[in-house]
Amino acid sequence: MISIENISKWYGEFRVLDDCSSRVAKGEVVVVCGPSGSGKSTLIKCVNGLEPVQKGKITVEDMEVTAKRTNLTKLRSRIGMVFQHFELYPHMSVRDNLCLGQEKVLGRTRDESNAKTEQLIERVGLSAHIDKFPGQLSGGQQQRVAISRALAMDPIAMLFDEPTSALDPEMINEVLDVMVELAQEGMTMMVVTHEMGFARKVADRVVFMDEGRIVEDRETEAFFGNPESDRAKDFLAKILNH
Amino acid sequence: MDDFDVSVVIDNLPFLWDGLQLSLSLTGLAVLGGIVLGTLLALMRLSGFAPVSLLAAGYVNLIRSVPLILVIFWFYFLVPLALGRPIGSFYSALIAFVMFEAAYYSEIIRAGIQSIRKGQVHAGQATGLNYWQIQRYIVLPQAFRNMLPILVTQGIILFQDTSLVFVVSLRDFMTASSIVARTEGRLAEMYIFAALVYFVICFAGSLFVRRLQRAKTA
Repeated sequence: MISIENISKWYGEFRVLDDCSSRVAKGEVVVVCGPSGSGKSTLIKCVNGLEPVQKGKITVEDMEVTAKRTNLTKLRSRIGMVFQHFELYPHMSVRDNLCLGQEKVLGRTRDESNAKTEQLIERVGLSAHIDKFPGQLSGGQQQRVAISRALAMDPIAMLFDEPTSALDPEMINEVLDVMVELAQEGMTMMVVTHEMGFARKVADRVVFMDEGRIVEDRETEAFFGNPESDRAKDFLAKILNH
Repeated sequence: MDDFDVSVVIDNLPFLWDGLQLSLSLTGLAVLGGIVLGTLLALMRLSGFAPVSLLAAGYVNLIRSVPLILVIFWFYFLVPLALGRPIGSFYSALIAFVMFEAAYYSEIIRAGIQSIRKGQVHAGQATGLNYWQIQRYIVLPQAFRNMLPILVTQGIILFQDTSLVFVVSLRDFMTASSIVARTEGRLAEMYIFAALVYFVICFAGSLFVRRLQRAKTA
């Protein structure tokens, strides 16, 4: 469903992505990990065109993200994205956060979008908070709203950019639980995260990045059981041994 | 000060009130027009398309390097030439104020827009909203909420600046006061009264600004 072919990206002289290729099949969950500054977040933002690439090709289903003529707005409306800092709209209630895209992009009526919103918010257990503003919610609650906001658009795939990195430790699980549930329902997901427990549990494959390059791209068990590169071994040792 | 006589104010109240109404409506309309045009200029200035952003930058820098009184003169003489017919002092002054204030407002609004995190724009883009929808529903509402105190402060300055319209023979509050002062020979009374009125209005405005700022930080 998502195919990334030999993409490279520069910030001036600095090469953030160096000839990266990978793919995510329909219903697959791929976790992208690696040390900070390795280009993981940049890579995932290229998938829906939030970041342009200078070389290479990305396609999502039949749409070519990197082609000039592609209607990026339309493409993005079909791919959900969840951000590290939630990025809920602070001046709108939870309800309006979810309704905005449904009404302005998908053209749903207020009744339709309300029904969908209430159903999704109930699913993440936040019905009591639906008319509150994001500032009145905890980080974990905000991130669950953000996931619901992305799901409200009925996406064909979901991108997660370090969804738990900005959370207090005790709130990480409530967000991961929602993501696990999504994965088990068969959602196509690409997830940048340091949560190796999550990766082990639901990922079909793990992509390991370092210095803008994809160093490993393997089945989850193979990656954790027997990483090939020294960089990945080193990384896993640091992240798993405490 | 034996002959300090406030009855001159009372006798001329309707005349002064007309002047004050002109000052206030000119301020109100110019603030409104200035914010609308200023928003447009700010968006142009932030555009990634160089000709558009340079055009806005050129306009803003030109207007900000010229005294307001000169801009009022320009439009008083130029607008009738451009349109081929006179439009009256009020409208030419209004256009001048809108064009002038828009340059100042656009800088305030530009800073306001830039104060909104890029992630907010990304979130809107990721949902499939287009550029105008993102500005309209996500960026500008937050930016204006942050900017409100400065926008009002700029409005207070504008209110004081409306006293310059005497140069195109409009009878604003200041001009009306000075006409009364001279014809009645009551300079002290009238100028003290005028100062008092300006003070009360502007001070009320700045109290309002302080409340807005408190509401923002609360």
